[in-house]
Amino acid sequence: MKLTAEEKAILEGKEGQTKAKIMQTLVEFGDLFGAEEFVPVTTDGHLVTSFGIGLLKPVYRIMDEIIDAGLKTEYPFTVDPRPIDYKNVKCGLLDKLIFSKIMYSQQKHYEEQLSKIGLRNKDSFTCTCYLKEVGNTPKYGDVLSWAESSAVVFANSVLGARCNRNSGMLDIFGAILGKVPKFGLLTDEGRKANWIIEVKTTKLPEAQILGSTIGMKVMEDVPYVVGLDKFLGTELTDDVISYLKDFGAATASNGAVGLYHIENLTPEAKKFGKKIVNEKPKKYVIDDAELERVYKSYPVMWKNPESKPTLCFIGCPHLTNEQLISWTNKIEENLKLSGKKRVQLRTIMTTAPAVLKKFSETEEYKKLKSYGIKFSSICPLMYTNNPIAGGKPIITNSNKLRTYSKSRYYKDEDIVKIICGVK
Amino acid sequence: MAKKVFKGRVICKGTYEGEAVVSHQGVNTLATFQKSALKNAKKVIGSDQNNPDVYGKNLTGIALILPQTIGSTTGGLVIQTICQMGINPAALLFSEEIDSLAASGVILAKNWENSKIIAIDKLGKEILNSIKTGDKISISEDGTVTLLD
Repeated sequence: MKLTAEEKAILEGKEGQTKAKIMQTLVEFGDLFGAEEFVPVTTDGHLVTSFGIGLLKPVYRIMDEIIDAGLKTEYPFTVDPRPIDYKNVKCGLLDKLIFSKIMYSQQKHYEEQLSKIGLRNKDSFTCTCYLKEVGNTPKYGDVLSWAESSAVVFANSVLGARCNRNSGMLDIFGAILGKVPKFGLLTDEGRKANWIIEVKTTKLPEAQILGSTIGMKVMEDVPYVVGLDKFLGTELTDDVISYLKDFGAATASNGAVGLYHIENLTPEAKKFGKKIVNEKPKKYVIDDAELERVYKSYPVMWKNPESKPTLCFIGCPHLTNEQLISWTNKIEENLKLSGKKRVQLRTIMTTAPAVLKKFSETEEYKKLKSYGIKFSSICPLMYTNNPIAGGKPIITNSNKLRTYSKSRYYKDEDIVKIICGVK
Repeated sequence: MAKKVFKGRVICKGTYEGEAVVSHQGVNTLATFQKSALKNAKKVIGSDQNNPDVYGKNLTGIALILPQTIGSTTGGLVIQTICQMGINPAALLFSEEIDSLAASGVILAKNWENSKIIAIDKLGKEILNSIKTGDKISISEDGTVTLLD
Protein backbone atom coordinates (compact mmCIF):
# COMPACT_ATOMS: atom_id res chain seq x y z
CA MET A 1 0.00 0.00 0.00
CA LYS A 2 1.11 3.52 -0.68
CA LEU A 3 0.96 5.39 2.61
CA THR A 4 0.74 9.13 3.15
CA ALA A 5 3.35 10.83 5.34
CA GLU A 6 0.86 10.87 8.20
CA GLU A 7 0.11 7.15 7.82
CA LYS A 8 3.83 6.32 7.64
CA ALA A 9 4.39 8.26 10.85
CA ILE A 10 1.68 6.23 12.58
CA LEU A 11 3.22 3.00 11.30
CA GLU A 12 6.61 4.09 12.62
CA GLY A 13 5.17 4.57 16.08
CA LYS A 14 5.05 8.38 16.20
CA GLU A 15 1.56 8.13 17.73
CA GLY A 16 2.37 5.22 20.01
CA GLN A 17 3.04 1.51 19.67
CA THR A 18 -0.60 0.41 19.88
CA LYS A 19 -1.68 2.65 17.03
CA ALA A 20 1.38 1.46 15.06
CA LYS A 21 0.32 -2.17 15.55
CA ILE A 22 -3.22 -1.33 14.49
CA MET A 23 -1.85 0.35 11.36
CA GLN A 24 0.48 -2.60 10.70
CA THR A 25 -2.46 -5.02 10.89
CA LEU A 26 -4.57 -3.00 8.47
CA VAL A 27 -1.67 -2.47 6.06
CA GLU A 28 -0.97 -6.22 5.92
CA PHE A 29 -4.69 -6.82 5.45
CA GLY A 30 -4.85 -4.29 2.61
CA ASP A 31 -1.66 -5.58 0.97
CA LEU A 32 -3.09 -9.08 0.84
CA PHE A 33 -6.02 -7.89 -1.26
CA GLY A 34 -4.10 -5.51 -3.49
CA ALA A 35 -5.27 -2.30 -1.79
CA GLU A 36 -3.15 0.64 -2.92
CA GLU A 37 -4.36 3.19 -0.40
CA PHE A 38 -6.49 3.92 2.61
CA VAL A 39 -9.82 5.73 2.27
CA PRO A 40 -11.49 7.69 5.08
CA VAL A 41 -14.37 6.16 7.00
CA THR A 42 -17.25 8.60 6.59
CA THR A 43 -19.78 7.70 9.27
CA ASP A 44 -20.58 5.81 12.48
CA GLY A 45 -19.26 2.33 13.11
CA HIS A 46 -20.88 -0.98 13.94
CA LEU A 47 -19.09 -3.76 15.80
CA VAL A 48 -19.89 -7.45 15.76
CA THR A 49 -18.39 -8.26 19.14
CA SER A 50 -21.06 -7.52 21.73
CA PHE A 51 -20.57 -10.48 23.99
CA GLY A 52 -18.25 -10.76 26.95
CA ILE A 53 -17.40 -14.43 26.49
CA GLY A 54 -14.68 -15.24 28.97
CA LEU A 55 -12.60 -17.16 26.50
CA LEU A 56 -12.17 -14.22 24.09
CA LYS A 57 -9.16 -13.11 26.06
CA PRO A 58 -7.47 -11.48 23.05
CA VAL A 59 -10.35 -9.00 22.73
CA TYR A 60 -10.23 -7.73 26.32
CA ARG A 61 -6.46 -7.54 26.30
CA ILE A 62 -6.39 -5.52 23.06
CA MET A 63 -9.25 -3.30 24.29
CA ASP A 64 -7.25 -2.55 27.44
CA GLU A 65 -4.27 -1.73 25.30
CA ILE A 66 -6.38 0.64 23.19
CA ILE A 67 -7.83 2.35 26.28
CA ASP A 68 -4.44 2.65 27.95
CA ALA A 69 -3.12 4.28 24.78
CA GLY A 70 -5.95 6.84 25.00
CA LEU A 71 -7.39 5.82 21.62
CA LYS A 72 -11.05 6.24 20.61
CA THR A 73 -13.03 5.68 17.46
CA GLU A 74 -13.35 8.63 15.04
CA TYR A 75 -17.17 8.31 15.08
CA PRO A 76 -19.46 6.73 17.69
CA PHE A 77 -20.48 3.13 17.06
CA THR A 78 -23.32 0.71 17.63
CA VAL A 79 -22.75 -2.94 18.41
CA ASP A 80 -24.47 -6.31 18.05
CA PRO A 81 -27.09 -7.41 20.63
CA ARG A 82 -26.29 -8.41 24.16
CA PRO A 83 -26.20 -12.16 24.86
CA ILE A 84 -28.32 -12.18 28.00
CA ASP A 85 -31.57 -10.60 29.21
CA TYR A 86 -32.73 -12.27 32.41
CA LYS A 87 -35.71 -9.94 32.72
CA ASN A 88 -37.35 -10.98 29.46
CA VAL A 89 -35.71 -14.31 28.64
CA LYS A 90 -36.14 -16.24 31.83
CA CYS A 91 -33.41 -18.69 32.74
CA GLY A 92 -33.13 -21.40 35.34
CA LEU A 93 -30.55 -21.11 38.11
CA LEU A 94 -28.14 -23.41 36.30
CA ASP A 95 -28.46 -21.43 33.05
CA LYS A 96 -27.85 -18.20 34.96
CA LEU A 97 -24.81 -19.66 36.63
CA ILE A 98 -23.36 -20.80 33.33
CA PHE A 99 -24.17 -17.53 31.57
CA SER A 100 -22.95 -15.12 34.25
CA LYS A 101 -20.06 -16.97 35.80
CA ILE A 102 -18.70 -19.00 32.93
CA MET A 103 -19.79 -17.97 29.45
CA TYR A 104 -20.36 -14.23 29.65
CA SER A 105 -18.28 -13.50 32.72
CA GLN A 106 -16.69 -10.49 30.99
CA GLN A 107 -19.93 -8.83 29.84
CA LYS A 108 -19.95 -5.92 32.29
CA HIS A 109 -16.22 -5.33 31.92
CA TYR A 110 -16.44 -5.48 28.13
CA GLU A 111 -19.35 -3.03 27.98
CA GLU A 112 -17.31 -0.63 30.10
CA GLN A 113 -14.46 -1.02 27.65
CA LEU A 114 -16.79 -0.32 24.70
CA SER A 115 -18.07 2.84 26.40
CA LYS A 116 -14.55 4.10 26.89
CA ILE A 117 -13.65 3.85 23.20
CA GLY A 118 -16.83 5.31 21.64
CA LEU A 119 -20.04 3.26 22.13
CA ARG A 120 -22.97 5.50 21.15
CA ASN A 121 -25.15 4.73 24.19
CA LYS A 122 -26.45 1.84 26.31
CA ASP A 123 -29.31 1.16 23.86
CA SER A 124 -26.96 0.70 20.92
CA PHE A 125 -27.01 -3.09 21.08
CA THR A 126 -28.69 -4.51 17.96
CA CYS A 127 -27.71 -6.26 14.73
CA THR A 128 -30.12 -3.97 12.82
CA CYS A 129 -28.40 -0.68 13.56
CA TYR A 130 -29.33 0.54 10.07
CA LEU A 131 -33.10 0.70 10.75
CA LYS A 132 -34.49 4.22 10.86
CA GLU A 133 -35.59 3.84 14.50
CA VAL A 134 -32.02 3.02 15.54
CA GLY A 135 -30.52 5.66 13.30
CA ASN A 136 -27.10 4.31 12.37
CA THR A 137 -28.18 4.43 8.73
CA PRO A 138 -25.38 5.11 6.25
CA LYS A 139 -26.02 7.10 3.09
CA TYR A 140 -25.34 5.97 -0.47
CA GLY A 141 -21.56 5.98 -1.02
CA ASP A 142 -20.59 6.16 2.68
CA VAL A 143 -17.44 4.20 3.56
CA LEU A 144 -17.80 2.00 6.63
CA SER A 145 -15.65 0.07 9.04
CA TRP A 146 -18.38 -2.35 10.08
CA ALA A 147 -18.57 -6.00 10.92
CA GLU A 148 -21.69 -8.17 11.49
CA SER A 149 -22.33 -10.04 8.30
CA SER A 150 -26.06 -9.25 8.11
CA ALA A 151 -25.51 -5.53 8.68
CA VAL A 152 -22.65 -5.31 6.18
CA VAL A 153 -24.63 -7.00 3.42
CA PHE A 154 -27.64 -4.76 4.13
CA ALA A 155 -25.57 -1.56 4.13
CA ASN A 156 -23.86 -2.49 0.87
CA SER A 157 -26.87 -3.83 -0.97
CA VAL A 158 -29.90 -1.89 0.23
CA LEU A 159 -28.27 1.41 1.18
CA GLY A 160 -25.45 1.52 -1.36
CA ALA A 161 -22.81 2.18 1.29
CA ARG A 162 -19.35 0.62 0.88
CA CYS A 163 -17.96 -1.87 3.34
CA ASN A 164 -15.92 -5.03 3.15
CA ARG A 165 -16.82 -8.10 5.20
CA ASN A 166 -14.55 -7.05 8.03
CA SER A 167 -13.83 -9.36 10.87
CA GLY A 168 -14.46 -8.51 14.49
CA MET A 169 -11.45 -6.51 15.81
CA LEU A 170 -10.65 -5.13 12.36
CA ASP A 171 -13.95 -3.24 12.59
CA ILE A 172 -12.62 -1.52 15.72
CA PHE A 173 -9.19 -0.93 14.19
CA GLY A 174 -10.65 0.80 11.10
CA ALA A 175 -12.97 2.88 13.29
CA ILE A 176 -10.03 4.02 15.44
CA LEU A 177 -7.78 4.91 12.52
CA GLY A 178 -10.73 6.50 10.74
CA LYS A 179 -9.68 4.80 7.54
CA VAL A 180 -9.82 1.42 5.84
CA PRO A 181 -7.83 -0.19 3.02
CA LYS A 182 -9.52 0.34 -0.34
CA PHE A 183 -10.21 -2.98 -2.03
CA GLY A 184 -13.05 -5.39 -2.80
CA LEU A 185 -16.48 -3.96 -2.09
CA LEU A 186 -15.00 -0.48 -1.63
CA THR A 187 -14.16 -0.33 -5.34
CA ASP A 188 -16.45 0.05 -8.37
CA GLU A 189 -14.94 -3.09 -9.89
CA GLY A 190 -15.45 -5.14 -6.74
CA ARG A 191 -19.13 -4.26 -6.66
CA LYS A 192 -19.85 -5.81 -10.03
CA ALA A 193 -21.86 -9.02 -10.03
CA ASN A 194 -20.36 -12.27 -11.28
CA TRP A 195 -23.55 -14.31 -11.01
CA ILE A 196 -26.99 -13.87 -12.51
CA ILE A 197 -29.61 -15.54 -10.36
CA GLU A 198 -32.92 -16.11 -12.09
CA VAL A 199 -35.81 -16.45 -9.67
CA LYS A 200 -38.52 -18.45 -11.43
CA THR A 201 -40.77 -19.34 -8.53
CA THR A 202 -44.55 -19.27 -8.57
CA LYS A 203 -44.76 -16.98 -5.54
CA LEU A 204 -42.54 -14.74 -3.41
CA PRO A 205 -39.95 -17.13 -1.95
CA GLU A 206 -39.37 -17.31 1.80
CA ALA A 207 -36.61 -14.71 2.24
CA GLN A 208 -34.56 -16.92 4.53
CA ILE A 209 -34.59 -19.91 2.17
CA LEU A 210 -33.90 -17.90 -0.98
CA GLY A 211 -30.98 -16.17 0.75
CA SER A 212 -29.62 -19.47 1.99
CA THR A 213 -29.93 -21.04 -1.48
CA ILE A 214 -28.08 -18.18 -3.13
CA GLY A 215 -25.43 -17.94 -0.37
CA MET A 216 -24.60 -21.63 -0.59
CA LYS A 217 -24.17 -21.36 -4.36
CA VAL A 218 -22.24 -18.11 -4.83
CA MET A 219 -20.19 -18.17 -1.60
CA GLU A 220 -18.53 -14.71 -1.44
CA ASP A 221 -19.36 -13.61 -4.97
CA VAL A 222 -21.76 -10.81 -5.85
CA PRO A 223 -25.10 -12.04 -7.23
CA TYR A 224 -27.43 -10.02 -9.48
CA VAL A 225 -30.93 -11.33 -8.88
CA VAL A 226 -33.57 -11.08 -11.60
CA GLY A 227 -37.22 -11.97 -11.24
CA LEU A 228 -37.62 -10.93 -7.62
CA ASP A 229 -38.90 -7.44 -8.47
CA LYS A 230 -41.97 -9.19 -9.90
CA PHE A 231 -42.94 -9.98 -6.31
CA LEU A 232 -41.27 -7.19 -4.35
CA GLY A 233 -41.91 -4.28 -6.70
CA THR A 234 -39.41 -1.58 -7.45
CA GLU A 235 -39.49 0.54 -4.30
CA LEU A 236 -37.72 0.02 -0.99
CA THR A 237 -40.84 0.12 1.17
CA ASP A 238 -40.69 -0.88 4.83
CA ASP A 239 -41.96 -4.37 3.97
CA VAL A 240 -39.36 -4.78 1.24
CA ILE A 241 -36.63 -3.61 3.60
CA SER A 242 -37.75 -6.26 6.10
CA TYR A 243 -37.61 -8.93 3.40
CA LEU A 244 -34.18 -7.89 2.19
CA LYS A 245 -32.85 -7.79 5.76
CA ASP A 246 -33.69 -11.48 6.24
CA PHE A 247 -32.71 -12.46 2.72
CA GLY A 248 -29.30 -10.82 3.07
CA ALA A 249 -28.62 -12.31 6.48
CA ALA A 250 -29.15 -15.78 5.04
CA THR A 251 -26.89 -15.11 2.03
CA ALA A 252 -24.17 -13.95 4.41
CA SER A 253 -24.42 -16.72 7.00
CA ASN A 254 -25.09 -19.66 4.70
CA GLY A 255 -22.52 -18.29 2.28
CA ALA A 256 -20.27 -15.25 2.50
CA VAL A 257 -22.16 -12.69 0.46
CA GLY A 258 -21.27 -9.08 1.25
CA LEU A 259 -23.27 -7.45 -1.54
CA TYR A 260 -26.17 -8.41 -3.77
CA HIS A 261 -28.09 -6.52 -6.42
CA ILE A 262 -31.80 -7.00 -7.02
CA GLU A 263 -32.83 -5.92 -10.51
CA ASN A 264 -35.00 -2.79 -10.57
CA LEU A 265 -34.94 -2.55 -6.79
CA THR A 266 -31.64 -2.06 -4.97
CA PRO A 267 -29.90 1.28 -5.61
CA GLU A 268 -26.98 0.20 -7.78
CA ALA A 269 -29.10 -2.22 -9.80
CA LYS A 270 -31.53 0.65 -10.41
CA LYS A 271 -28.78 3.07 -11.34
CA PHE A 272 -26.66 0.84 -13.55
CA GLY A 273 -28.93 -2.03 -14.58
CA LYS A 274 -27.07 -4.98 -16.07
CA LYS A 275 -24.02 -2.78 -16.62
CA ILE A 276 -23.12 -3.75 -13.08
CA VAL A 277 -22.78 -7.39 -14.14
CA ASN A 278 -19.38 -8.64 -15.29
CA GLU A 279 -18.98 -10.23 -18.71
CA LYS A 280 -19.79 -13.94 -18.84
CA PRO A 281 -21.43 -14.25 -15.43
CA LYS A 282 -22.23 -17.65 -14.00
CA LYS A 283 -25.93 -18.46 -14.00
CA TYR A 284 -28.21 -20.16 -11.49
CA VAL A 285 -31.93 -20.69 -11.89
CA ILE A 286 -34.02 -21.02 -8.75
CA ASP A 287 -37.50 -22.46 -8.97
CA ASP A 288 -39.91 -23.90 -6.39
CA ALA A 289 -38.27 -27.33 -6.60
CA GLU A 290 -34.79 -25.95 -5.96
CA LEU A 291 -35.96 -24.04 -2.90
CA GLU A 292 -37.66 -27.16 -1.56
CA ARG A 293 -34.50 -29.22 -2.19
CA VAL A 294 -32.44 -26.76 -0.14
CA TYR A 295 -35.08 -26.54 2.61
CA LYS A 296 -35.15 -30.32 2.94
CA SER A 297 -31.36 -30.48 3.12
CA TYR A 298 -31.25 -28.65 6.46
CA PRO A 299 -30.26 -31.22 9.07
CA VAL A 300 -32.21 -31.57 12.32
CA MET A 301 -29.63 -31.53 15.09
CA TRP A 302 -31.83 -32.27 18.07
CA LYS A 303 -30.89 -35.35 20.08
CA ASN A 304 -34.40 -36.61 19.43
CA PRO A 305 -35.77 -35.17 16.19
CA GLU A 306 -39.29 -36.12 17.33
CA SER A 307 -39.07 -33.93 20.45
CA LYS A 308 -41.69 -31.30 21.09
CA PRO A 309 -40.12 -27.83 20.92
CA THR A 310 -39.81 -25.95 24.20
CA LEU A 311 -38.83 -22.52 22.92
CA CYS A 312 -39.21 -20.45 19.77
CA PHE A 313 -37.06 -17.52 18.68
CA ILE A 314 -38.33 -15.13 16.02
CA GLY A 315 -36.06 -12.24 15.10
CA CYS A 316 -32.56 -13.10 13.96
CA PRO A 317 -31.71 -10.54 12.62
CA HIS A 318 -33.81 -8.35 14.91
CA LEU A 319 -37.37 -7.75 13.71
CA THR A 320 -38.49 -4.51 12.12
CA ASN A 321 -41.58 -2.67 13.36
CA GLU A 322 -43.44 -3.83 10.24
CA GLN A 323 -42.51 -7.45 10.92
CA LEU A 324 -43.79 -7.18 14.49
CA ILE A 325 -47.11 -5.90 13.14
CA SER A 326 -47.22 -8.63 10.52
CA TRP A 327 -46.53 -11.32 13.15
CA THR A 328 -49.34 -9.91 15.28
CA ASN A 329 -51.77 -10.46 12.41
CA LYS A 330 -50.48 -13.95 11.64
CA ILE A 331 -50.68 -15.04 15.27
CA GLU A 332 -54.15 -13.53 15.68
CA GLU A 333 -55.43 -15.48 12.65
CA ASN A 334 -53.86 -18.73 13.77
CA LEU A 335 -55.09 -18.43 17.35
CA LYS A 336 -58.57 -18.10 15.92
CA LEU A 337 -57.97 -21.31 13.97
CA SER A 338 -56.72 -23.20 17.02
CA GLY A 339 -59.34 -21.74 19.35
CA LYS A 340 -56.65 -20.75 21.85
CA LYS A 341 -56.15 -17.41 23.54
CA ARG A 342 -52.42 -17.64 24.08
CA VAL A 343 -49.51 -19.18 22.22
CA GLN A 344 -48.80 -22.78 23.15
CA LEU A 345 -45.04 -22.50 23.04
CA ARG A 346 -42.77 -20.04 24.85
CA THR A 347 -42.02 -17.58 22.06
CA ILE A 348 -39.53 -14.74 22.18
CA MET A 349 -39.48 -12.02 19.55
CA THR A 350 -36.25 -10.11 19.36
CA THR A 351 -35.92 -6.56 18.13
CA ALA A 352 -33.75 -3.47 18.62
CA PRO A 353 -34.38 -1.43 21.79
CA ALA A 354 -35.44 1.59 19.69
CA VAL A 355 -37.85 -0.50 17.60
CA LEU A 356 -39.34 -2.08 20.68
CA LYS A 357 -39.89 1.37 22.17
CA LYS A 358 -41.83 2.45 19.09
CA PHE A 359 -43.74 -0.82 18.83
CA SER A 360 -44.69 -0.77 22.49
CA GLU A 361 -46.89 2.25 21.77
CA THR A 362 -49.07 0.28 19.34
CA GLU A 363 -52.22 -1.80 19.72
CA GLU A 364 -50.39 -4.73 18.18
CA TYR A 365 -47.92 -4.73 21.05
CA LYS A 366 -50.76 -5.06 23.54
CA LYS A 367 -52.21 -7.92 21.49
CA LEU A 368 -48.94 -9.83 21.30
CA LYS A 369 -48.43 -9.37 25.04
CA SER A 370 -51.90 -10.73 25.67
CA TYR A 371 -51.08 -13.74 23.48
CA GLY A 372 -48.11 -14.49 25.74
CA ILE A 373 -45.33 -13.36 23.40
CA LYS A 374 -42.17 -12.12 25.14
CA PHE A 375 -39.96 -9.38 23.75
CA SER A 376 -36.25 -8.94 24.11
CA SER A 377 -33.29 -7.25 22.45
CA ILE A 378 -31.11 -10.26 23.13
CA CYS A 379 -29.00 -12.05 20.50
CA PRO A 380 -30.72 -15.44 20.08
CA LEU A 381 -27.53 -16.86 18.67
CA MET A 382 -25.53 -15.99 21.76
CA TYR A 383 -28.31 -17.30 23.99
CA THR A 384 -28.57 -20.64 22.21
CA ASN A 385 -24.81 -21.11 22.22
CA ASN A 386 -24.60 -22.24 25.82
CA PRO A 387 -24.28 -25.97 26.52
CA ILE A 388 -27.66 -26.14 28.29
CA ALA A 389 -29.68 -24.32 25.63
CA GLY A 390 -27.78 -26.27 22.98
CA GLY A 391 -29.47 -29.44 24.14
CA LYS A 392 -32.99 -28.01 24.11
CA PRO A 393 -35.40 -28.40 21.19
CA ILE A 394 -35.57 -24.78 20.04
CA ILE A 395 -37.31 -23.72 16.84
CA THR A 396 -36.75 -20.61 14.75
CA ASN A 397 -37.55 -19.00 11.42
CA SER A 398 -33.97 -17.77 11.13
CA ASN A 399 -31.57 -19.49 8.80
CA LYS A 400 -28.69 -17.72 10.52
CA LEU A 401 -29.69 -19.09 13.91
CA ARG A 402 -30.14 -22.55 12.38
CA THR A 403 -26.63 -22.39 10.97
CA TYR A 404 -24.90 -21.46 14.23
CA SER A 405 -26.92 -23.44 16.74
CA LYS A 406 -28.94 -26.65 16.98
CA SER A 407 -32.17 -24.72 16.52
CA ARG A 408 -34.55 -26.22 13.99
CA TYR A 409 -35.67 -24.07 11.09
CA TYR A 410 -39.30 -23.75 10.05
CA LYS A 411 -40.92 -21.56 7.43
CA ASP A 412 -43.02 -18.68 8.77
CA GLU A 413 -46.27 -20.37 7.73
CA ASP A 414 -45.32 -23.50 9.69
CA ILE A 415 -43.83 -21.87 12.75
CA VAL A 416 -46.92 -19.77 13.37
CA LYS A 417 -49.05 -22.93 13.37
CA ILE A 418 -46.72 -24.60 15.84
CA ILE A 419 -46.69 -21.73 18.30
CA CYS A 420 -50.46 -21.23 18.05
CA GLY A 421 -51.23 -24.93 18.44
CA VAL A 422 -52.94 -25.29 15.04
CA LYS A 423 -53.23 -29.00 14.26
CA MET B 1 4.97 -41.71 -10.14
CA ALA B 2 5.69 -38.01 -9.73
CA LYS B 3 4.76 -36.50 -6.43
CA LYS B 4 1.80 -34.18 -6.47
CA VAL B 5 3.00 -30.68 -5.72
CA PHE B 6 1.01 -27.48 -5.36
CA LYS B 7 2.39 -23.96 -5.14
CA GLY B 8 0.51 -21.08 -3.61
CA ARG B 9 0.96 -17.58 -2.20
CA VAL B 10 2.50 -17.45 1.25
CA ILE B 11 0.51 -15.37 3.72
CA CYS B 12 2.07 -16.70 6.96
CA LYS B 13 5.09 -18.86 6.31
CA GLY B 14 6.21 -22.02 8.07
CA THR B 15 6.97 -25.69 7.57
CA TYR B 16 4.79 -28.69 8.38
CA GLU B 17 4.68 -32.41 7.82
CA GLY B 18 1.63 -34.36 8.84
CA GLU B 19 -2.01 -35.07 8.25
CA ALA B 20 -4.44 -33.12 6.09
CA VAL B 21 -8.17 -32.60 6.53
CA VAL B 22 -9.94 -31.54 3.34
CA SER B 23 -13.16 -29.54 3.17
CA HIS B 24 -14.65 -29.37 -0.30
CA GLN B 25 -17.01 -26.58 0.70
CA GLY B 26 -16.35 -23.27 2.43
CA VAL B 27 -15.56 -23.70 6.11
CA ASN B 28 -17.91 -21.76 8.36
CA THR B 29 -15.41 -20.62 10.98
CA LEU B 30 -17.82 -19.78 13.77
CA ALA B 31 -19.96 -22.88 13.28
CA THR B 32 -16.88 -25.12 13.03
CA PHE B 33 -14.71 -23.89 15.89
CA GLN B 34 -17.07 -22.27 18.38
CA LYS B 35 -18.20 -25.36 20.28
CA SER B 36 -14.72 -26.55 21.21
CA ALA B 37 -13.50 -23.03 21.92
CA LEU B 38 -16.46 -22.33 24.21
CA LYS B 39 -15.80 -25.55 26.09
CA ASN B 40 -12.17 -24.53 26.50
CA ALA B 41 -11.34 -27.90 24.95
CA LYS B 42 -7.77 -29.01 24.33
CA LYS B 43 -8.64 -29.96 20.76
CA VAL B 44 -11.10 -28.60 18.22
CA ILE B 45 -13.63 -31.10 16.98
CA GLY B 46 -15.39 -29.60 13.97
CA SER B 47 -18.96 -28.73 14.94
CA ASP B 48 -20.53 -27.41 11.74
CA GLN B 49 -23.54 -29.61 11.10
CA ASN B 50 -23.72 -28.35 7.50
CA ASN B 51 -20.23 -29.46 6.57
CA PRO B 52 -19.78 -33.25 6.68
CA ASP B 53 -16.13 -32.91 5.61
CA VAL B 54 -15.12 -31.35 8.93
CA TYR B 55 -17.99 -32.28 11.25
CA GLY B 56 -16.74 -34.43 14.11
CA LYS B 57 -13.11 -34.33 12.94
CA ASN B 58 -10.09 -33.20 14.93
CA LEU B 59 -8.92 -29.89 13.50
CA THR B 60 -6.13 -29.07 15.94
CA GLY B 61 -2.57 -29.38 14.68
CA ILE B 62 -3.57 -30.62 11.23
CA ALA B 63 -3.37 -28.92 7.83
CA LEU B 64 -6.87 -27.80 6.87
CA ILE B 65 -7.33 -27.63 3.10
CA LEU B 66 -10.35 -25.60 2.06
CA PRO B 67 -11.66 -23.31 -0.68
CA GLN B 68 -12.31 -20.34 1.65
CA THR B 69 -14.03 -19.59 4.94
CA ILE B 70 -17.64 -18.44 5.08
CA GLY B 71 -20.20 -17.18 7.60
CA SER B 72 -20.22 -14.72 10.47
CA THR B 73 -17.85 -11.77 10.64
CA THR B 74 -16.69 -13.01 14.02
CA GLY B 75 -14.67 -15.43 11.87
CA GLY B 76 -11.34 -13.64 12.14
CA LEU B 77 -11.68 -13.22 15.85
CA VAL B 78 -12.47 -16.91 16.20
CA ILE B 79 -9.25 -17.77 14.33
CA GLN B 80 -7.29 -15.34 16.50
CA THR B 81 -8.78 -16.86 19.65
CA ILE B 82 -8.09 -20.49 18.76
CA CYS B 83 -4.53 -19.47 17.93
CA GLN B 84 -4.22 -17.73 21.30
CA MET B 85 -5.57 -20.92 22.92
CA GLY B 86 -3.13 -23.04 20.93
CA ILE B 87 -5.83 -25.30 19.48
CA ASN B 88 -5.66 -24.03 15.92
CA PRO B 89 -4.98 -26.03 12.78
CA ALA B 90 -1.22 -25.94 12.08
CA ALA B 91 -1.95 -24.69 8.59
CA LEU B 92 -4.78 -23.22 6.57
CA LEU B 93 -4.36 -24.06 2.89
CA PHE B 94 -6.77 -22.27 0.58
CA SER B 95 -7.45 -23.44 -2.95
CA GLU B 96 -8.88 -19.98 -3.81
CA GLU B 97 -7.78 -16.48 -2.83
CA ILE B 98 -8.09 -16.16 0.93
CA ASP B 99 -11.32 -14.46 2.04
CA SER B 100 -11.30 -11.29 4.13
CA LEU B 101 -12.35 -12.99 7.38
CA ALA B 102 -9.73 -15.72 7.31
CA ALA B 103 -7.16 -13.13 6.28
CA SER B 104 -8.10 -10.99 9.27
CA GLY B 105 -7.81 -14.01 11.51
CA VAL B 106 -4.32 -15.06 10.50
CA ILE B 107 -3.02 -11.47 10.45
CA LEU B 108 -4.46 -10.81 13.91
CA ALA B 109 -3.00 -14.10 15.16
CA LYS B 110 0.44 -13.27 13.77
CA ASN B 111 0.61 -9.63 14.91
CA TRP B 112 -1.17 -9.85 18.26
CA GLU B 113 -0.64 -13.46 19.43
CA ASN B 114 2.75 -14.30 17.89
CA SER B 115 1.04 -17.32 16.39
CA LYS B 116 2.97 -19.60 14.05
CA ILE B 117 -0.12 -20.64 12.08
CA ILE B 118 0.76 -21.24 8.43
CA ALA B 119 -1.48 -19.75 5.77
CA ILE B 120 -1.13 -20.25 2.03
CA ASP B 121 -3.73 -19.36 -0.59
CA LYS B 122 -4.27 -19.65 -4.36
CA LEU B 123 -3.23 -23.33 -4.37
CA GLY B 124 -5.75 -24.14 -7.11
CA LYS B 125 -8.93 -26.21 -7.16
CA GLU B 126 -7.05 -29.42 -7.97
CA ILE B 127 -5.65 -29.63 -4.44
CA LEU B 128 -9.17 -30.30 -3.13
CA ASN B 129 -9.45 -33.40 -5.29
CA SER B 130 -5.87 -34.66 -5.20
CA ILE B 131 -5.44 -34.65 -1.43
CA LYS B 132 -7.83 -36.59 0.77
CA THR B 133 -8.53 -36.35 4.47
CA GLY B 134 -5.94 -38.46 6.29
CA ASP B 135 -3.27 -38.06 3.58
CA LYS B 136 0.20 -37.02 4.72
CA ILE B 137 1.50 -33.76 3.27
CA SER B 138 4.46 -31.47 3.69
CA ILE B 139 4.53 -27.68 3.52
CA SER B 140 7.61 -25.62 2.71
CA GLU B 141 8.30 -21.99 3.57
CA ASP B 142 8.04 -21.00 -0.08
CA GLY B 143 4.38 -22.05 -0.23
CA THR B 144 4.88 -25.51 -1.74
CA VAL B 145 2.49 -28.22 -0.59
CA THR B 146 3.50 -31.80 -1.42
CA LEU B 147 1.39 -34.93 -1.15
CA LEU B 148 3.62 -37.54 0.48
CA ASP B 149 3.53 -41.26 -0.33
